[in-house]
Amino acid sequence: MARPSILRRTIATPLILSALLVAFALAAWFAGSRPFNQTVIDIFLQVVFVVGLYTFVGNSGVISFGHIAFACLGGYVAAWTTIKPMMKGSAMPGLPDWLMQMEIPYWAAALAGGGFAAFWALVFGAVLMRLSGIAASIATFAMLAMVNAIYSNWSSVTAATSSVVGIPILRSIWPYMIAAILAVFIAWAFSISRYGLALRAARDEPTAAAASGVNIARVRLIAFVISGAIMGAGGALYAHSIGIVTPDTFYLGLTFTTLSMLVVGGMGSLSGAVLGVLILSSLIQGLRWLEAGVQIGTSTIALPGGVQEIALGAVMILILMFRPTGIMGNSELTGRRARTEKPGEPGTT
Amino acid sequence: MGGIMQVVFDALSLGSLYALGALGIALIFGVMRLVNFAHGDVIAFSVFALLWPSVDAVAIIFAGNLPWFLLIPFTLAVGAGLSVLSEVVVFRRFRRANPATMMIASFALGFVIRYFLLMLFSSRPKSISLLPGLSQPVEILGARIPLLQLITILVTIGVLIGLTAFLRRTRFGLEMRAAAENFTMARMLGVRANRVIMGAFALSGALAAAIALILGSQTGTANIMMGASVMLMAFIATVIGGMGSLAGAVIAGFALGAIATVMQVILPPDARAFRDAFVYGAVILVLIFRPQGLLAARGTKERV
Repeated sequence: MARPSILRRTIATPLILSALLVAFALAAWFAGSRPFNQTVIDIFLQVVFVVGLYTFVGNSGVISFGHIAFACLGGYVAAWTTIKPMMKGSAMPGLPDWLMQMEIPYWAAALAGGGFAAFWALVFGAVLMRLSGIAASIATFAMLAMVNAIYSNWSSVTAATSSVVGIPILRSIWPYMIAAILAVFIAWAFSISRYGLALRAARDEPTAAAASGVNIARVRLIAFVISGAIMGAGGALYAHSIGIVTPDTFYLGLTFTTLSMLVVGGMGSLSGAVLGVLILSSLIQGLRWLEAGVQIGTSTIALPGGVQEIALGAVMILILMFRPTGIMGNSELTGRRARTEKPGEPGTT
Repeated sequence: MGGIMQVVFDALSLGSLYALGALGIALIFGVMRLVNFAHGDVIAFSVFALLWPSVDAVAIIFAGNLPWFLLIPFTLAVGAGLSVLSEVVVFRRFRRANPATMMIASFALGFVIRYFLLMLFSSRPKSISLLPGLSQPVEILGARIPLLQLITILVTIGVLIGLTAFLRRTRFGLEMRAAAENFTMARMLGVRANRVIMGAFALSGALAAAIALILGSQTGTANIMMGASVMLMAFIATVIGGMGSLAGAVIAGFALGAIATVMQVILPPDARAFRDAFVYGAVILVLIFRPQGLLAARGTKERV
């Protein structure tokens, strides 16, 4: 009896996740309030980032602190290509002429950002993917710090640490929703592809995988480039969502937020990546809302400032305490009852 | 001559800070494979413990008014106490978790500590004068350096000698080294896991407090983010040194301090702004050629 193909067996996961994202978008659309809209846009962008991170970290088991560097590259590509030529001249006089004259729509900028980030992921990855375990994590971290140091100081091209303004702002939620859904499908397609399967085999049993003919450095590099491209496109869209970029937007803060969302959701699971974002973002929003004050009867109850972050940290610790492999562990949402497969060992090196 | 000595002292004092930080991270990594991101926030907490909670720009010095022979033990005790507390409350439940989970948990804990400080003190940097009198310059071998820089170097050397003696000569030190080498085996031979781990956290916290005192008197400000930059470098030093190897951590800490200082001097002025990029590039190079670190700790190699 032929087993259904891997495509048929796993297609439910990206479909369920997309349905979840569409539901969020519809909720925002019906609510029709501007701040809520912006929140949902932020959530979609986080989904893009965390899914991009998952594509590499989840499949390879190597923790990367460096992926936000690719978002930074993508974000600046959006700034270089979409700001009006007149404004570009004063903020970033060092740009080459052809780039100075360029003014392309946001989706083209997102593609260009993804491409640029993928190119640099290929360059860095060719060197870094020979490392494994904690050395690889630190090397990616050094990459992040390097990109940040360069973008914070190269004033003629990136305006140094001051913010680059004038990026056309895109307020509609739909493009972000489509980007998030595309990211989910790309990540899913990669993880069931031959390279994705080989990479996961290398994550769980490096020696056995290498003995079976998996070129670990090469499959890792492929994952690194794909995830770099997703991060780059996400970075470009991020720039369009707020209209400005600074190097520090794409540094430690965002790195840890995305990494926390991935680990809390479940590092080895695409559903975990998406759910991690949705759960932590909802939590953050809920706490912000409490901090701003809730009207109960005639009195307003507000939490003092700082409580939001403290509560967030405490909740994260508690979730990890009770579910050390994250909310989803290594399993996916499939729409069926839990599989009989025993929960895998945490996939780290 | 004086110019060169100046660079040497700068490199040594910066390296001292990194080495002390790296040691604090390596101690904990050695016994429980935890990369402790909360270390930087322990540094900040130790400084703020000297102040009375207020959101004004000028700090209200509280415990900071103690004479130095009480001030120093007090700060060290605060650091050690907070560190042990974090072990008992949080990290104890993560003994069996994988390193990524522990790392994120430590980050979350650091986040909690940082925003606790923010709630009490606000995020504005505060000016404090901690141990004044240390900033007057002294002249050594033709170089005029602040007394504090000299003390930093001497204190670090003292701490290193003391720690070496402690680890080599006492029973507790022996247990700690055994636990760092092979934790399971050490437990089977009668080493008490909780005691050793708490000891490592206490030492690490005290080292964080020492950094806090040096940084506080060096910069004259208290800032809730003040531990972060030292911690990042220390963290990198730990890895280049070979995770879990204490000697490696110290050597790498000094090496990073030296590289950063020397680059500041030899790079052409245009490239000087990119100093950090060069330092991180050097880190990547070291890792490519020695992925296990300069001095690989025994027992961390992957066995097949």
